Amino acid sequence: MSALTREETEALIQEVLEVYPEKARKDREKHLMVNDQSIEQSKKCITSNRKSLPGVMTIRGCAYAGSKGVVWGPIKDMIHISHGPVGCGQYSRAGRRNYYVGTTGINTFGTMNFTSDFQEKDIVFGGDKKLAKVMTEIEGLFPLNKGISIQSECPIGLIGDDIEAVAKKTAAETGKPVVPVRCEGFRGVSQSLGHHIANDAIRDWVLPRREGKAFEGTPYDVAVIGDYNIGGDAWSSRILLEEMGLRVIAQWSGDGTIAEMEKTPYVKLNLIHCYRSMNYIARHMEEKYSIPWIEYNFFGPTKVAESLRAIAAHFDDKIKAGAERVIAKYQAMMDEVIAKYKPRLQGKRVMLYVGGLRPRHVIGAYEDLGMEVVGTGYEFGHGDDYDRTIKDMGNATLIYDDVTGFEFEEFVKRVKPDLVGSGIKEKFIFQKMGVPFRQMHSWDYSGPYHGYDGFAIFARDMDMTINNPCWSKMQAPWLKKAEPEAEKKAA
Amino acid sequence: MALRQCAIYGKGGIGKSTTTQNLVAALAESGKKVMIVGCDPKADSTRLILHSKAQNSVMELAAEAGSVEDLELEDVLSVGYGGIKCVESGGPEPGVGCAGRGVITAINFLEEEGAYTDDLDFVFYDVLGDVVCGGFAMPIRENKAQEIYIVCSGEMMAMYAANNIAKGIVKYANSGSVRLAGLICNSRQTDREDELIEALARMLGTQMIHFIPRANSVQHAEIRRMTVIEYDPTNPQADEYRSLAKKIVENKKFVIPTPITMDELEALLMEFGIMEVEDASIIGKKAAEVPVAA
Repeated sequence: MSALTREETEALIQEVLEVYPEKARKDREKHLMVNDQSIEQSKKCITSNRKSLPGVMTIRGCAYAGSKGVVWGPIKDMIHISHGPVGCGQYSRAGRRNYYVGTTGINTFGTMNFTSDFQEKDIVFGGDKKLAKVMTEIEGLFPLNKGISIQSECPIGLIGDDIEAVAKKTAAETGKPVVPVRCEGFRGVSQSLGHHIANDAIRDWVLPRREGKAFEGTPYDVAVIGDYNIGGDAWSSRILLEEMGLRVIAQWSGDGTIAEMEKTPYVKLNLIHCYRSMNYIARHMEEKYSIPWIEYNFFGPTKVAESLRAIAAHFDDKIKAGAERVIAKYQAMMDEVIAKYKPRLQGKRVMLYVGGLRPRHVIGAYEDLGMEVVGTGYEFGHGDDYDRTIKDMGNATLIYDDVTGFEFEEFVKRVKPDLVGSGIKEKFIFQKMGVPFRQMHSWDYSGPYHGYDGFAIFARDMDMTINNPCWSKMQAPWLKKAEPEAEKKAA
Repeated sequence: MALRQCAIYGKGGIGKSTTTQNLVAALAESGKKVMIVGCDPKADSTRLILHSKAQNSVMELAAEAGSVEDLELEDVLSVGYGGIKCVESGGPEPGVGCAGRGVITAINFLEEEGAYTDDLDFVFYDVLGDVVCGGFAMPIRENKAQEIYIVCSGEMMAMYAANNIAKGIVKYANSGSVRLAGLICNSRQTDREDELIEALARMLGTQMIHFIPRANSVQHAEIRRMTVIEYDPTNPQADEYRSLAKKIVENKKFVIPTPITMDELEALLMEFGIMEVEDASIIGKKAAEVPVAA
C-alpha cells in the first residue's frame, strides 16, 4: 500500500474518532495530528502530558514507575527501597534490562527487590519506624551498599509519613547517602512526573554532596545522562566517546554508581540521551554549575556521526579529529551492514509507539536501512518532544499522543505498516493480527541498539522479524483452501 | 427485638463519650444488651464502663500480634458495667499514620469475627469529633449504624458542626438506610439553649430528643471512672440519662436531614442573639482604616 496523502490521513483520524462519545472524541482529537514539517511549535497542533481518559486502555505508568523503574532503579550500588505494600516493588522487579557489572547482592543490587512490605498496622500507625528498621537491617546484611533511596508508593503520601526525617537520621548514623523520593503513584498524569521528581531528588540530595571537594579533572570530562543501558546500550555508546578522546566520568543511570553522579558537576559537557527523563537535571547543572548540555542520538550511523560531530564541536581540534577518526573507523562495518540488510528492508514501513526518546530517535536508524517511519507517538511526551519530532518525521505521517488501544489498532489496520515497534502490552495484539512486531522498550530481549555495534544488531533484528517466514503461515491450512472461493464471493 | 445500631457524632469536646456511656449504662440498667464501639484513636469511649484508663484497642493489639488476622474476638472485647460489651478501634498518636483506616479495619474485624451477636439490642459507635475522611464515616455505611444522634450545645461551633454532620448523613442516607434520629443537647448553659436547639432540629428536619442539663455529678462520677448511673443511681442526673435512654428506645423519628446554609445558620444565631448582625462595611478593613467603634 502506498503512503497516505494528507487528506487521507486526516480522514483516517476523523473516522477512528467517530466511535467515541462526544466528550472523549473532543479530548482525543487534540492528541492526534497529521505531520507538517513547516510547523515550528507542536502546541498548535497536538496536546500532550494530559490526564488519560478512563476506559481507553492507555499504557502509561505512574510516578513511582518513572522514579524507581527508570531513573533511580539502575543506579547499581545503591539499594532502592520500594516503600509501601509489596506489589509495586515485586511486580516491577528487574522489569527493565538495565545491564550492570558487579556481584548482585554483594556490591550491586540492580535485580533485587527491597520493600518495606506495608501491612495494615503500618498504614494505621505510620511506617517511619519500620522504614528506619529496614534500613538498619540493610546496612547489616548488605554492608557494601553505597547508599539507599526511598521510593514512595501511594500510601506514603496519603498517611503523611515523614520519610525525609528518617532519611536524615539514618544517613547521619551510616554516613551514607539516604535519599527520600516523593514519587507516589497518584501524582501527575504518567510516569513523566516521576522522572521529574527523581531528578529533583538527585538535585537536592546527591549533587551537593561533593561540592567544594577536590577533583582531578581533565578538559575532556563528560557524563552520559539518560542512557539506562538496556541490553548494554550505554556500553556501546561509551566506547565511541572514549575512542574519540573524551573521558566519561559518569553514566546516568544505567550501570551507574552514586559516586559517578556526585562527580557529575565537574564535567565539561553533559550528554543527554533520554531528554524526556533527564533534561531537568541537565538544566539544573547548566544553571548552577554552568555546564552546557547537548541532546545526542546514537541510533543508526547517520545520526551517530551527526551526534559525534556535534559533541566534538564543544571541544578542541584533538577531539574533533577524534570524532572523524571514529566515524571513519566504523564506516566500512556500517557499509557492510547496510549492504546486507538494506536490500531486504528497503521501502518497508514502520509505525512506532514508545516512551521517552525513541519515537523520534530511532527514525534515523530505520532510514539508514531504507525504511520509512509512517506513524509515531509518545506514551508520556511533552510539547518539547513533539517540537523535535515534527522535524524528524515525514510530511503527512501520523503522530499520536498517549494513543488508545482502539486507535492504535485501527491506525495499524488502515496504514498497514510492515512493522510495528512498541511495548510488551501491544506485542501480542499485533502479532495475532499478523503484523511483524518488535519491542522497542526492551529490544525484545536483544540489544544493544545504540552506537555502531548496536546498529548491526538492530538491522539484524528488524530483518529477522519482518522477513520471518512465519508471517506467510498466519492462515490455517483449511481456511487457505477455501480462500479462492471466498475471494470470488467478495468480488 | 432486632439489633439497633446507632452512631454518635458531634463536635470535639462536646461530651460525646460521656453522654454515650451514661446513656448506654441507663439502657443496660433497664435490661438491654448493649455494645459500645469506640471509633476514636484516643480510645476513651469505654473507660467509664470498664473503670479503666484506656482499653486495649483492636489496632494496638493487631500491631503487637503482627496483623489483625492474628487476633481473636475475646482479645479485644471487654465486658463492663451491666454486661456492656466494649471495643475500642484505637489508632495512632496524633500526627502519624491513618486513624481513619484504623476505624475501617477494626469494624471489619468485628463483623468478620461475629461480634454482632443476636442477643444484642443496641450497638453504639462513638465517633471522633469531625468526619475528616472516609474512615470516620465507616460506622454509617451500608449495614452498619442506621440511626445517628448528634450531640450538640447552644454554642455556635457546636451547631455549625452539627449541620456539617447532617450534610455527611445526607450523602449516605441517599445511598443507604442511615437516618438522622435526633439532636442530643448537652447543655453548656447558654441562653435559651433548649429553644435554640429545638429550632435547629426543626430546620434540619429532626427533633431535639433530649435536653441534658449540666450537672457536677457527671464530673464527680468521671473522676472515679464511672457513669452517674453506677456512681449514684439516685442522683437526678441519672434520671436524665434514663429519660434519654427511654426516648431512644421508643424513638420512631428517623429522617433524611435537610441541612441548612451558612446564611440560614447565621440568621438563626442572630435571632437568638448569639451572633451580631454583620456590618459589611468593615470587612477586610484594617484597624487604621476603620477603628473599632468605642
